[in-house]
Amino acid sequence: MSKIERDPVTGYTTTGHDWNGIKELNSPIPRAVIIFIIVTHLAALIGWILLPTWPLGRTFTKGVLEVDQKTDLAADIAAANTARADWMARMATLDFDAIRADPDLMARALETAAPLFGQNCEPCHGKNGIGGPGFPQLSDNAWIWGGTSEDISKTITVGINSAHPDSRFAQMPAFGRDEMLDRTQIGMMTSYVQSLSNGFIANDPSEAATLFQDNCAACHGEDARGVEGTGALNLTDAAWIYGGDAASIWQTLMNGREGHMPTWQSRLSTADIRMLALYVEAMPGKLQ
Amino acid sequence: MSLFKAHYNLEKKSIWLVIGIIAAASVGGLVEIAPLFTIDQTVETTPDMRVYTPLELAGRNIYIREGCYACHSQMIRTLRDEVERYGPYSLAAESQYDHPMLWGSKRTGPDIARLGGKYSDEWHAAHLNNPRDVVPSSIMPAYSWLAETGLDVSDLGAHLAALRALGVPYTDAMIENASTDALAQATPDSDAASGVAERYGETTNMRRFSSRKTVTELDALISYLQILGQMTQTAYTAEPKEVE
Repeated sequence: MSKIERDPVTGYTTTGHDWNGIKELNSPIPRAVIIFIIVTHLAALIGWILLPTWPLGRTFTKGVLEVDQKTDLAADIAAANTARADWMARMATLDFDAIRADPDLMARALETAAPLFGQNCEPCHGKNGIGGPGFPQLSDNAWIWGGTSEDISKTITVGINSAHPDSRFAQMPAFGRDEMLDRTQIGMMTSYVQSLSNGFIANDPSEAATLFQDNCAACHGEDARGVEGTGALNLTDAAWIYGGDAASIWQTLMNGREGHMPTWQSRLSTADIRMLALYVEAMPGKLQ
Repeated sequence: MSLFKAHYNLEKKSIWLVIGIIAAASVGGLVEIAPLFTIDQTVETTPDMRVYTPLELAGRNIYIREGCYACHSQMIRTLRDEVERYGPYSLAAESQYDHPMLWGSKRTGPDIARLGGKYSDEWHAAHLNNPRDVVPSSIMPAYSWLAETGLDVSDLGAHLAALRALGVPYTDAMIENASTDALAQATPDSDAASGVAERYGETTNMRRFSSRKTVTELDALISYLQILGQMTQTAYTAEPKEVE
């Protein structure tokens, strides 16, 4: 049976239980714990008043401060845009020549474009625009759709073979698969196209040269130098998209090629695209 | 101190103490979770919301099977740096047909909530085959077997039916033709392709997603990656929230 006693040393009573002679003091809750409970409850009460807290059926209490992450974000972005509104507006509207002529503005363009390039362009075109198989190199002077800022910004905006209504369009037909050339002719053309990098020979009477004039010259030009802005490559230089080795050229002739560059119009602002165009235009000099 | 006295008495009645603990512990959950089902702003209205096609769903299942969610989140948060890097912040409505959702919180790789249309199919194929071929500094594993593995479409109807039970508006025709539609979406010149456009809309991505002759797991995964963030245009067209 329980018997509550008073401990003579501390002055507190016991709980009344007796476990084989061991008794437990019924000491009060420490003052620090009581204070802590009061403080945390007060903090909660203040929170209820200031912050969004209680659900009320279809809505909830908004709190005196009206804190809202989406509003905060909009304010953050608005503040950042205000801080750069002046030069961003000039970036979006000035002629490229005028931007290039303004060292401060040009420095800002290149500085801002670097991370944009890293996030959006580098996965395909490689670090510093070195390119890769299927993804054109940007750091050389061999441009397919034009290497001026105007051309580059158009390419970024509409893309190539993209979903954009004004997309640039280019397709290398599958001469082998679609039986425009037989396998012997494909082999012959592979060697011929490879030899073009060493120089184009005018009035070449060979069978391969004749085949080239009949099948390829319409796009790549009678001198095989391509036509900038049509997607037809210059075959006389050392620059390739899909590789200049015999196997790659054979694949290109056999199965055709149709690369895709997405349109960036909906992802990047006009100013972003124009800064990237200036950045890419300046790339060829950088690696040399 | 009568409150402490009441608690003192409660401690002596174990069943009531257990009931009391359960009641107290439930308050937090009830206050935070229950109102989400009644508050109007919880899920945005998205009139143009589309469902996953069977091929995209197969891709999503591969995404889950390979554990992609362990390193890639699909949740752009309401922070300026996130919005400037990835695009508009994720809306609850955008994952309303995701069972389970794949928001994630760990980013060993980047967030991919708005990856759809950002890179070309060729890039995805090259990147999944070996990420270092296109991004030398990448630590992502290679998933080269996806291109070698034919896509199993036999059970896709059952997947669609299961999702319909969870509230995704798949029609009977969609469920019935799931396997055919999955293959047809990646073979646009086939006879069955018109059925995909009819059931899922003209804007469905209908093309060969990789250069393989048959439909592989790679095609399915790329088709899924190419519609991430494209299920509805609400996030892109919504008026920016007013700054007060």
